[in-house]
Amino acid sequence: MAKSKEERVTKNRHLKRFYYTVDHAVEKPFNWQQLWRLLVYLKPYATTYLPGAIIAMLVSTAVRLVVPILIGKVAIDVAISNKDTNLLTYLVIGIGILYLLNYIGNIFRIKWVNILGQNVIYDLRRHLFSHVQRLSHRFFDSRSAGSILVRIMNDINSLQELFTNGIINLLMDVVTLAGIVVILLVLSPKLALAIMVVIPIMFYISTKLRRTIRRAWQNTRIQQSRLNSHLNESIQGIRITQSFTQEKENEQFFDGINSDNFESWQIATKKSALFRPFVDLSNAVGTIILITYGAYLILQGPENGGIEIGTFVSFAFFLGMFWEPISRLGQMYNQLLMAMASSERIFEFLDEQPNVEERANAFEFADMKGHIEFDHVQFSYDVERIALHEVSLDIKAGETIALVGHTGSGKSTIANLISRFYDPTKGTVRIDGHDLRDVKLDSLRQQISVVLQDTFIFSGTIMENIRFGRPDAADEEVIEAAKVVGADEFIQRLANGYETEVEERGNILSAGERQLLSFARALLANPRILILDEATASIDTETEVKIQAALRRLLKGRTAIIIAHRLSTIRESDTIFVLQQGKILEYGNHEQLMKSRGEYFELVKSQFQMLDAI
Amino acid sequence: MDTFKKLKRFYWPYKKYFFISLFFLLFVTAITVVYPIILQKTIDEVVLKDRYSLIPYLSVAFLVVMIIKGFATFFHQYLGELFGIISVYKLREALYEKLQVLSFKYYDNAKTGDLMSRLTADVEGFRFFLSVGFAELLRITLLIVFSLAVMFYYSAPLALVTMAAMPFLAIVVFQFEKRAHPAFKGIRKSFGRLNTRVQENISGMNTVKSLSREDFEIGRFSTNNDNYRQNYIRTSEIWAKFFPLMEFIGNVCAVALLAFGGYLVINEKIGLGELVAFFSLVWYILGPLMNLGFVINLFSQSKASGERLLEILEAKEDIAEQEDAIDTVINGHVTFRDVTLTYTENDDTALKHISFDAPPGKVIGLIGATGSGKTSITQLITRFYEPETGEVLVDNRPVADYKLKALRKHIGFVLQESFLFSTTIRANIAYGNPDIREEQIIDAAKRAQAHDFIMEMPKGYDTLLGERGMGLSGGQKQRIAIARAICINPSILVLDDATSAVDMETEFKIQKALKEVMRGRTTFIIAHRISSLKHADEILVLEDGEIVERGKHDELITNHGPYQRIYDIQYQDREAIMNRAAGS
Repeated sequence: MAKSKEERVTKNRHLKRFYYTVDHAVEKPFNWQQLWRLLVYLKPYATTYLPGAIIAMLVSTAVRLVVPILIGKVAIDVAISNKDTNLLTYLVIGIGILYLLNYIGNIFRIKWVNILGQNVIYDLRRHLFSHVQRLSHRFFDSRSAGSILVRIMNDINSLQELFTNGIINLLMDVVTLAGIVVILLVLSPKLALAIMVVIPIMFYISTKLRRTIRRAWQNTRIQQSRLNSHLNESIQGIRITQSFTQEKENEQFFDGINSDNFESWQIATKKSALFRPFVDLSNAVGTIILITYGAYLILQGPENGGIEIGTFVSFAFFLGMFWEPISRLGQMYNQLLMAMASSERIFEFLDEQPNVEERANAFEFADMKGHIEFDHVQFSYDVERIALHEVSLDIKAGETIALVGHTGSGKSTIANLISRFYDPTKGTVRIDGHDLRDVKLDSLRQQISVVLQDTFIFSGTIMENIRFGRPDAADEEVIEAAKVVGADEFIQRLANGYETEVEERGNILSAGERQLLSFARALLANPRILILDEATASIDTETEVKIQAALRRLLKGRTAIIIAHRLSTIRESDTIFVLQQGKILEYGNHEQLMKSRGEYFELVKSQFQMLDAI
Repeated sequence: MDTFKKLKRFYWPYKKYFFISLFFLLFVTAITVVYPIILQKTIDEVVLKDRYSLIPYLSVAFLVVMIIKGFATFFHQYLGELFGIISVYKLREALYEKLQVLSFKYYDNAKTGDLMSRLTADVEGFRFFLSVGFAELLRITLLIVFSLAVMFYYSAPLALVTMAAMPFLAIVVFQFEKRAHPAFKGIRKSFGRLNTRVQENISGMNTVKSLSREDFEIGRFSTNNDNYRQNYIRTSEIWAKFFPLMEFIGNVCAVALLAFGGYLVINEKIGLGELVAFFSLVWYILGPLMNLGFVINLFSQSKASGERLLEILEAKEDIAEQEDAIDTVINGHVTFRDVTLTYTENDDTALKHISFDAPPGKVIGLIGATGSGKTSITQLITRFYEPETGEVLVDNRPVADYKLKALRKHIGFVLQESFLFSTTIRANIAYGNPDIREEQIIDAAKRAQAHDFIMEMPKGYDTLLGERGMGLSGGQKQRIAIARAICINPSILVLDDATSAVDMETEFKIQKALKEVMRGRTTFIIAHRISSLKHADEILVLEDGEIVERGKHDELITNHGPYQRIYDIQYQDREAIMNRAAGS
């Protein structure tokens, strides 16, 4: 691995080429309150799987503790030393039965523990997912999709081990350890005390040494995910890299992170290779105490405060049983610290409140007509920036209106308020005369659809993707909707028609076709109010003509709000509202606005001037 | 074994770590068997014969042996791991280099997810096998052999009786592996589906909310969530069936040992200490045996991993540099002579008989529906693909005559998807020319109309982009991609739908700036908007890979061809509106 000095210098220049931030599993201090909050998820199973698993665990633990005593104290000390073959036979049968119990206990412990754990994880994940569904746009805007995904998938999964084996094992290990200590003390207090010297040593190894080892591994994970992030990115950006002939430069960067990764692994493996020898040595210390002091006690004889040979054998058995529970307890402690970090992130999301809350006495908004009123509505996303100033609008049912203005003029805010993704800071938004704060959210939103500029295609068939608009629609209804918006034509041309599998990153559909699908979706949903957040940027012209025609059919008989850049759509609206910095500058239909030669006229004119000038 | 032979060059140079590790392994296993012998000696030689004076020797001997074992364990484990990680270091290096040179054609058919899983999971599988798998197989064999040897040395009949259950255990272990493996795959797949579901939900959240489909989504999620739970529980039932059974068989061995061994001790055939030693030895055999299935499984998995890695390493490099390729400065004269291109054999022809000439200083516009072949033309200039027939010439030489770096260094590409890397805005702009001066970066950003919005960001040019970095809008990304192309001071500039997400006013400014930059150089513009390419010296109108119309804007708008049709649609508004506005 040795690199010459010059090589290092040129390498270092490229080490700062890319930056990858990596989420590392930080340890959090132990937090009882948080643990308690987690344990609440066990409650539904407090009378079924939980006690079942505990009882099964106790049975098998008891057997494991009793058998060494039977072998040492009864089989060796009584049966074998008295040459009592009958007793030995009974004992063998007895132990056989005990092992059978242990076997059954183990079966049910493993079974129930997993059912318990999986149910808790299921509940927890469902709770988190459902909660996230109710959060507002801003929640999603301020976070990357990846970071939300990590919480729902990985953070929850990191609690899986805790809820599956963790809690029961914790109990099992405590019972085992306590059991061994008690038994040894009863068998021979002197030898017991001498041997227990190893317990603190073992605990030390299992917590402290393990922690330094784990930190080293944590570092390798960080290096590893940097490496993976870069690999992922270099594959996705390979076309750019080859276009700009940066292959060699990237190789140098990769060489740097690959070396870092190698070095971190080397450190971590060196540290963890120390673990086993230390454990073995502490075991050896126990064994030496046992054979020196134990042999001495046997020679003294039971009558002089010494021990019998069977006790010695039992001790030998139990000495071998110390390590496992101690090791697992150490692991458990570390696991809990990690679980604290994960649960903190999970609870952070669960504590996030939706922007709007449904009133307890909210009523079901049935049969909406679609008459929208804004009554002196003011709104600000944060204190400094007011997005809407005292806006008043009156949109009659069935009307099509257009919102025109620059980015940040408040167009999208108006749309968001109609769907009640936010509540106005001042003033009221009403539909059919009802204050939106009085109606049930779902009943409101189910009658409003928004068609966005970038439509998301879920992986599945075309049929399923259109049906997303109304999940209970029959196949014929889906096809009918596709026909109305003019999507049927291209769908029929696909290899498998409506059963063609599509996905978000797939190349099967062009931008225009995706847009037509989203129209079909919206039509199928059959909303009373339709909001179009349209920008048909990279669609070729012929497709765009089709889309305009589809749009006309879609709008028929609904209240429509159009946020648009293309004039042809806007021109046909009943009313055009020109917005600037959260205020309505002017409104009217196209002819009126062109005549009055205000801001709208200027907007139209400047667009065409640009077309000519280039 | 063929797979491992082919991958030999990655691990064989480091074989010494492996063999030294094995050497220490011998000590480790041999010494492990010492513990029961010490127990036996203590009981039979010391206690039962009242020879307490032996104890100090026994203790010291034991301690010494254990210290040796400690060192041996450390070196065995560390060197074994080192063997794996150093081999994988070399392997990764080779894979990465390979990935850099594989052609567009390869990536057209490869999925990022699949490549990533090879680069992560399969590399890890290979490492694990080198580090742990092979050594573990040896360790298990050695431990069993040593333990059996000691047992037979003590008492052959007792050894036979005790080990009678061994074949049963072996059967159970293999049965378990046979079922556990597919079950585990089932869990992973189910988790993968759940993951995809959640990922799609979050990525498509705007769509979900816009149609108010949250409950539907919760329902779909719950189905996957439940499927994962059921898969997991079903797998745990396999554990619940087999793990206790394995332990039980082991315990039966112990009971048989107690019965027959106790009988032998009573009849003074063996010593009590030997019986006690047997109790330890039994588990030295049964424990590893339970692991054997896992190790064998590991072996077959790592073989499959190795094969998948070889697929990448042995992938064909379509675009190879000629041996006598030249390295020279390019002026940017592009000529196509009757070029036909087919991507893959069964595909339709992507380009048919394309010919044109673009001397330096010329602007070529390309227009046509999606899939008509506009992008294909530009990607032949950089030799990302090779034509089936016909010639692609730069400065009157076939592109294959140039060194790839020489050819591509002076061609600035702004691709449709403006991919930016996880680094600062500055480094992204300087991507093609990392040693460029700061003023040039800023100058390029200004020309691409990116400087102003960059300066509005809290950290300006130092703002980090990428998954966790600052989010940019589509238009902002495109402008940075344009600045990136300007930075390499290209002789040929290709703008592939490069301003589609930029508003008209900004596009206008960018085009003006580019005109200045590209004076005396060759520019290719691919666009849907007439306004983007109406000033081109020659416009090629493409339909299904063929040039159906060509000429200047003014000629084409009266040609009654597809160009005029597109023009009419895009400009009909203007006629109608402006006329009326003028008339009123």
